[in-house]
This record gives sequence, structure tokens and C-alpha cells, in this order.
Amino acid sequence: MTKRVTPLSAPASVSFTQRLWAVFLKTAGAREFYRIFGGWIRPLAVLSLIALLVGMVWGLAFAPPDYLQGNSYRIMFIHVPAAMLAQSAYLGLAILGLILLVWKLKTAEYVARALAPVGLVACVIALLTGSIWGRPTWGTYWVWDARITSMLILAFLYAGVMGLYAAGENRSQTAKAAALLSIIGAVNLPIIKYSVEWWNTLHQGATFTLTEAPKMHHTMYLPLIPMVLGVYLGAAALVLYHSRTLILAGEQRHRWVQQILTQLSSKIP
Amino acid sequence: MTPYFESWSAFWQMGKHGPYVWAAWGLSLLLLALLVVWARWQRHQLLRQAQRHQQRLSQRQQQRHDSQEGVD
Repeated sequence: MTKRVTPLSAPASVSFTQRLWAVFLKTAGAREFYRIFGGWIRPLAVLSLIALLVGMVWGLAFAPPDYLQGNSYRIMFIHVPAAMLAQSAYLGLAILGLILLVWKLKTAEYVARALAPVGLVACVIALLTGSIWGRPTWGTYWVWDARITSMLILAFLYAGVMGLYAAGENRSQTAKAAALLSIIGAVNLPIIKYSVEWWNTLHQGATFTLTEAPKMHHTMYLPLIPMVLGVYLGAAALVLYHSRTLILAGEQRHRWVQQILTQLSSKIP
Repeated sequence: MTPYFESWSAFWQMGKHGPYVWAAWGLSLLLLALLVVWARWQRHQLLRQAQRHQQRLSQRQQQRHDSQEGVD
């Protein structure tokens, strides 16, 4: 029997996917994450503010009113982006939870812990604005219809995931439970999406679908584009910013973190 | 492009929907602002904690230095 000798340096024939995988794992490291995304936050925040300002002025002052709902539909320009972010942020939590469970990447936990409060706030904004919008449109602030109830459940799921991650700081068992809840809770996402089709809801059906032309005049929905863009870019900036804070807080045993902390803290009064 | 509303008062009133629209937007912007403030406050707290830790370390070093001088 001949013993197989492992080469000391990687052969040139390492496949592209393997190299990509190695790069991915590297960027997934907390230190690399901290270093790489440091410069992203300010540009993202600036772009987000510009987009939000454009969308806000456009939607509130320039877009024509709805022939049926009048001016109350201007709530849509914040309601729809918030609801979209609330759902995609939860999808993000589920994916991060999966990464955390399968590859045990600590960075995924930091990002998840930064993402959860952003998603929760988006969910609360969607519920609040929807409730306010309901009053002049349906004559009620609240109704237990399928869309609204499933969004409320999403808010509770966020709270649950956040609570578990907070309780499990530096303890992997509770972090695992949080990751598991993130994944299981994702069942709620298709329920939210199809709630307006599966059940007879007071909430209107989808105005925007990928397959059909929007059931709305373009002068009315175009301001949504900068609003959605602004909300997502802002969320990205916030998640990156807070992830970096959590990395510094959680990796204090490492010398590179101590150096950064000493350097940064010398600048504050 | 021209604004839809003819005057500022028409803009604030928005037919009869002004209170609803402004309440919804105001609350949303407030919550978003709070989220940003909270994230910045968390960073600030961490750095303050690091600062205090650093001060304790240098104080201890100073004390050790002083006591050694006393022996000489």
C-alpha cells in the first residue's frame, strides 16, 4: 500500500468553484467582514438618503391622487417598501440561520443579530402605516384578516428571534435555537405573500407582479422605485454598521479587535 | 414636472387625508431615525467601555510605576 502524499501547495488545477469557495469562506470571517465593509457604509447611507428624499417629495407632492382613495394612498410609498423589507429581511434571517447551523459561521450570527431589529422596525412600520391607511379606506384601524394577521405573526417571529439571539450571546446553544426559529418561521413568508389569494381578505391583492403590467398608472407608482431603493440601501448600511459593532463587541479577545477599539475609543471625548 | 397641490395649505390638508398621511409618514420616519440613533448609541457604548478599560489599565501601570519609585 502506498501512502498518498498530500501536496504542500495547492495544484494549479484547483477548480474555479473551489477557489470561489475559499474566497467566500475568507470573506465570511469576522475580521475580513469588518475590514471589507467599513468603506461601504457611508456611500450606502448617502445614496439611501438621496433616494428616500427624492421618493418622498415625489410621492407626497408630485404624484397625482388616486381616483378612489384620494390622497390617503400616498401612505403606500412608505407602506409597500417597509412591507417588502420586512419580508426580505426575514428571508435573510432564515438564510443566515441556515449558514449558522450548517457551516457554524460566527459572522452569520453577527449579521443576523444586526438584521433582526431592522426587519422588526420595517414590520412595525408596515403594520402601523397599514393601520392608519385602513381608517380612511376601510373605516377601521384594524381587522383580523389573513394578510394583516400573518404580518403581525412576522413581527412576533422577529421579536422571538431577537430575544433568543440576545439571550444566547456567546452561547452557541441559544444561537442555534434562534437560527432554527429563523428557518422555521420562514414558512410564514409564503403565507403572507399568498394570503390575499388564499383567503378572502380586506387587504387588496398584489398591484405589482412580475408577470403582468401594474394595475396602476405609472405616474402613481414610479415614486415607489426610489423609495424601495432608498429603504433597501439604508437597511444595508444599517446592517453593515451594526454588524461591525457586534463583531467588535463579540471578538474582543482578539488582538486586532483590541487595537481597533483602542484606536477608536481614543477619538471619543 | 409640477407639484400636484396648488398651495402649501392644500399640501398639508391633502383633501381630508392630511392627518392620516402625515401621521403615517411621521411615525415611519421617527422609527427609522430611532433605529439609526440606537445603532450609533450601541457603538458609542462599546467605545466608552473600551475607553474605561484602557484608562484602568494605564492607571494600574502608573500605580505600579509609582510604587517602584517609592522603593528606590
